[in-house]
Amino acid sequence: MRNRWIAVVLTGLVTAGTAVTAWAEEGASWPDSGADINDIQSLQRGARNYMNYCSGCHSMHYLRYERIAKDLEIPEATLKADLMYTSGNVFDAEVSAMPPDAQTWFGKQPPDLTLIARERGTNYLYAYLKDYYVDPKRPWGVNNLALPGTAMPAVLSQLQGLQKAVYKNEPDEHGNATMVIDGVAPLTAGAMKPEEYDQFIRDITNFLDYAGEPVKAKRQSMGKYVMMFLLVFFAFAFLLKKEYWKDVH
Amino acid sequence: MAVASDSPDTPKAGGLLGWVDQRFPLSKLWREQVSEYYAPKNFNFWYYFGVLATVILANQLITGIFLTMNYNPSASGAFASVEYIMRDVDWGWLIRYMHSTGASAFFIVIYLHMFRALLYGSSRKPRELLWIFGCLIFLLLMAEAFMGYVLPWGNMSFWGAQVITSLFGSLPIIGAGLVEWIRGDYVIGDATLNRFFALHVAALPLALVFLVIAHLMALHEVGSNNPDGIEIKKLKDSKGHPLDGIPFHPYYTVKDTMGIAFFLLVFAGVIFFAPTFGGLFLESANFEPANPLQTPPHIAPVWYFTPFYAMLRAVPSFAGTQVWGVLVMGAAIVVLFFMPWLDRSPVKSIRYRGPLYKIALAIFSVSFVILGVCGMKPPSGIYPLLSKICTALYFAFFLLMPWYTKLDSVKPVPERVTVHA
Repeated sequence: MRNRWIAVVLTGLVTAGTAVTAWAEEGASWPDSGADINDIQSLQRGARNYMNYCSGCHSMHYLRYERIAKDLEIPEATLKADLMYTSGNVFDAEVSAMPPDAQTWFGKQPPDLTLIARERGTNYLYAYLKDYYVDPKRPWGVNNLALPGTAMPAVLSQLQGLQKAVYKNEPDEHGNATMVIDGVAPLTAGAMKPEEYDQFIRDITNFLDYAGEPVKAKRQSMGKYVMMFLLVFFAFAFLLKKEYWKDVH
Repeated sequence: MAVASDSPDTPKAGGLLGWVDQRFPLSKLWREQVSEYYAPKNFNFWYYFGVLATVILANQLITGIFLTMNYNPSASGAFASVEYIMRDVDWGWLIRYMHSTGASAFFIVIYLHMFRALLYGSSRKPRELLWIFGCLIFLLLMAEAFMGYVLPWGNMSFWGAQVITSLFGSLPIIGAGLVEWIRGDYVIGDATLNRFFALHVAALPLALVFLVIAHLMALHEVGSNNPDGIEIKKLKDSKGHPLDGIPFHPYYTVKDTMGIAFFLLVFAGVIFFAPTFGGLFLESANFEPANPLQTPPHIAPVWYFTPFYAMLRAVPSFAGTQVWGVLVMGAAIVVLFFMPWLDRSPVKSIRYRGPLYKIALAIFSVSFVILGVCGMKPPSGIYPLLSKICTALYFAFFLLMPWYTKLDSVKPVPERVTVHA
């Protein structure tokens, strides 16, 4: 009995430790993006939005057009007509036409976005696309709450409208009042209503999540069957053990 | 000693098996090592981790071979080839997740396996060599895991390799030359990746397999310890079999099959539903290709190295050198080898020890987990102090052991093993 007790305590300790660490590792917690890798229509819209608004500057060197079409159930004609801007070969990866000297325009080369969702998380990406605000001190006149000092212009501002920072008063470590950014608020109206824009960037975020790991949805659905098989296997192994161990006293 | 095949109760096989047996001790090996290897009948939960480690070793070897078929060990091609495996190779994603999850599972299982030895005194006479082989396996496993982590050539791979190899640079006189020798270049680059690949897929696995065989041979020579920490070979029946022993096959083969099934449930759960395990098994910074010009915001090794990394950082520089932290980290591994001689208690199992050892082991275990958390955190706030305290407690467990195990009270040890219903 005592050993069981030790086992329980130790396992609990390790589990709790891991859980706490995993939680703390998240760092700044972003609101839930609502992206759903199993929502294929959202992924299709996300692919469209991405190709129209992102692929001019950003590449996805590890994602082939043909794979997108197959996974997202997009007919090849639609793929070629509406999604492929820089290549005529469906087996090519999405590579932008951005020249190497783009660094002199933006301060850095627009990063490859294939794995951005795996690196930064979908909630961060959603927050990033939502939280641009007007900041005259920046080269492009805009800044971002999720990534202060971002090098990317507010390319979606025509859809979202411009936003302004909202400040609040907060004492610093010496007790002096300072203004810190509390959030963002609309400044001008965009071509989309706020809900439409949220869905628009949620779809992009979802597509980026897909691009980071195209097999993700399949992996999870397949996992259920593997778990079911292993449960049955475990049950039989348990019964077999019980039968054999009857004569051990 | 009579030849086993001549004894009356083991009939000679005919047919193909008989043909083989006349040329190779197949049936003999099977009998001696499996069907007539007598193991104590009172193995509990803690005795699954040895066989689980073997299962994971096999998993790592097999998935590793398939990964090698599509992996490109060059600084310019490594990162892209891993994504190629994840996307274009049939089932490549599954093979890669089995390998990456297997790495973490290996350490979970090995840490629990080692903890079992601390619970039941499994390193004590006559199992000192068995324990030393085990410590060597642990040491090699750390080298194997570190080099494997460098291979995907993500940014954390690169900077992890940078930090770990530069540790050797803090050694006096030979340091700078040693670092250059390990890296094969003045900086981490193609040469480093190539040699780490060679060591990871050929040299270290070969050494690991040989050591595991030696570990098992030593185990079967002296016989398994058990939760009561008593020798079952002392009391034998008329046939010479231990009274409290049961043949490994079929009893432990079916029991281990059950244990393996349960392990696979957990293992598959991680592979299919949380392969990065919240950034603990696959770190998010490693999805960015290696970039020598951009340090990740926070460099930390994978979770299984963090207790030792915390010890490294806990020791301040002294006399103008950081070498003390490196030495402390090394000593944390070296001290394990002396475990069989540090423990002076007349009994082996924690069941018959007094409160001193129980308290010491509890403090040690908690310290080790806290060190692991500290190693993941940036060295600020409470963490440096916590790391220092827990490093001291880690070493106190071993270095004070000769005294507190001698002073400790003991309970009478039974003649026969106890079986809990």
